[in-house]
Amino acid sequence: MLYAILCYDREDVVESWTPEQDAAVIAKLDVVTDRLAREGRLGPVARLMPTTTATTLRKGKETVVLDGPFAETKEQLLGFFIVECASLEQAIATAKDLGQASSTSGSYEIRPLRLLRPEPPRS
Amino acid sequence: MSTIAWIDVALRGARPQAMGALLRHFRDLDLAEEAFQEACLRALKSWPKNGPPRDTVAWLVLVGRNAALDGVRRRKREHELPGEEGVSDLSDAEGPLVEQLDEADYRDDLLRLLFMCCHPELPATQQIALALRIVCGLTVPEIARAFLVTDVAMEQRITRAKKLVAAERIPLETPGAPERAERLSAVAAVLYLLFNEGYSATGGSAHVRVPLCDEAIRLARLLLRLFPGEPEMHGLTALMLLQHSRSRARLDAQGAIVLLEDQDRGLWERDRIAEALALLDKALRHGRPGPYQVQAAIAALHARAPRFGDTDWAEIEQLYAALERLQPSPVVSLNRAVAVAKVRGPAAALAMLDALAKDLPGYFYFFGVRGALLADLGRPDEAREAFDRALAVAKSPAEAAHIRMQIDRLTRKKEAAG
Repeated sequence: MLYAILCYDREDVVESWTPEQDAAVIAKLDVVTDRLAREGRLGPVARLMPTTTATTLRKGKETVVLDGPFAETKEQLLGFFIVECASLEQAIATAKDLGQASSTSGSYEIRPLRLLRPEPPRS
Repeated sequence: MSTIAWIDVALRGARPQAMGALLRHFRDLDLAEEAFQEACLRALKSWPKNGPPRDTVAWLVLVGRNAALDGVRRRKREHELPGEEGVSDLSDAEGPLVEQLDEADYRDDLLRLLFMCCHPELPATQQIALALRIVCGLTVPEIARAFLVTDVAMEQRITRAKKLVAAERIPLETPGAPERAERLSAVAAVLYLLFNEGYSATGGSAHVRVPLCDEAIRLARLLLRLFPGEPEMHGLTALMLLQHSRSRARLDAQGAIVLLEDQDRGLWERDRIAEALALLDKALRHGRPGPYQVQAAIAALHARAPRFGDTDWAEIEQLYAALERLQPSPVVSLNRAVAVAKVRGPAAALAMLDALAKDLPGYFYFFGVRGALLADLGRPDEAREAFDRALAVAKSPAEAAHIRMQIDRLTRKKEAAG
């Protein structure tokens, strides 16, 4: 099963990180993703631009284009990981590993994927 | 990175919105600051034990409000201070309280807080200093360093500025649409001032001022999230990001100015450029052009050119013409003349400059541009005269050094010809 691990966190806090703090988090994430890559379980990884660059298309009878991201939550989607996991348990465990990178209070949304292109690399 | 360092960053990130909400609650700047400080102290005690709360801003606002109440009670000696567990964290049971602080409140709270700092009786530098202290939470020594003054002088300035805004009755009702637009535009102007204060620094002072640019961009992004339908806020944020993307390339190792045409474009920060271009695209969809959007569009054309020679000067000239209509000023016309020189040659540009001379007396860039145009036209003596005038009004060693380099170039050319 393929899982997407979606990273939610407070954008205002993440934007307050210094470049060094930011790099420190990325380095810790790299430790996890490097291992996943060695195991042949890592698909595309993306870091998204700030939500200020987002545009939302609202579907309905007539489509409406809105400025800003979808969802009125306190947190923002800042990126996602695409990871091969044998089970939901393993996806949760992987997300926990990733969560060690910073002590902020963000969340990871875990969701099975139906389709992915390109296919994740296999070792 | 230690836990304390992470908490510090989280507190800084939450500060503008939390302070805005506390100001609405207490209607007093000092009380709001005191409450925020107290909330931060409690966060430092509680968060390492309990983990950071899900909603840092709401936590700080609620704990700050409670702590200030405790303070009043303590002063009245009516009640004992409650135990730390009483304010340790927001459990789910306190969810409804958090809900009361919705985004609609936050955005007007933050706007009100920033707008206070834009008090018209305050000189621009004091507006910026006040915003940095109150909204961003920079310490007085940090601000003093950025403005190259002593801590004591900065402390006095901020105290005076605070007194002035505190005397003003802060209107706490939700602003109407026209008033909100007016506030936003005043706040945008201060953010751009703040950015330029950091950006215009050169030489040895340049690196200590980078935080001013970062803070301006951080606040602009925050406002943009709260007011997502404002194309000029998009434009302003894009403009600052584009200018900031060049900061590593615009000064050489000695701190001297490197002209756009000589900059190593490999040093431009592509992340910032990409974000700015995305913001600008969003802004232009609204079809409501404004000065920030046009300036950002000009900066974007520079950013998009792989080499200086690829710059779309015809488009830039058009944009400056649009800017002249939106916001007429001799400085804008001077910039258009530079574009005209690239499109139609130095003679056409020089004619424009002649018409601007009376409006720009003692303006460094005017004489710098005039000298360069005359040099291109093969009139070295007049060029030299213009460069000398530029030298006389140069405001920084970097500006003077740049003109001296131009004069050297002129002299070498003359010697080679003679």
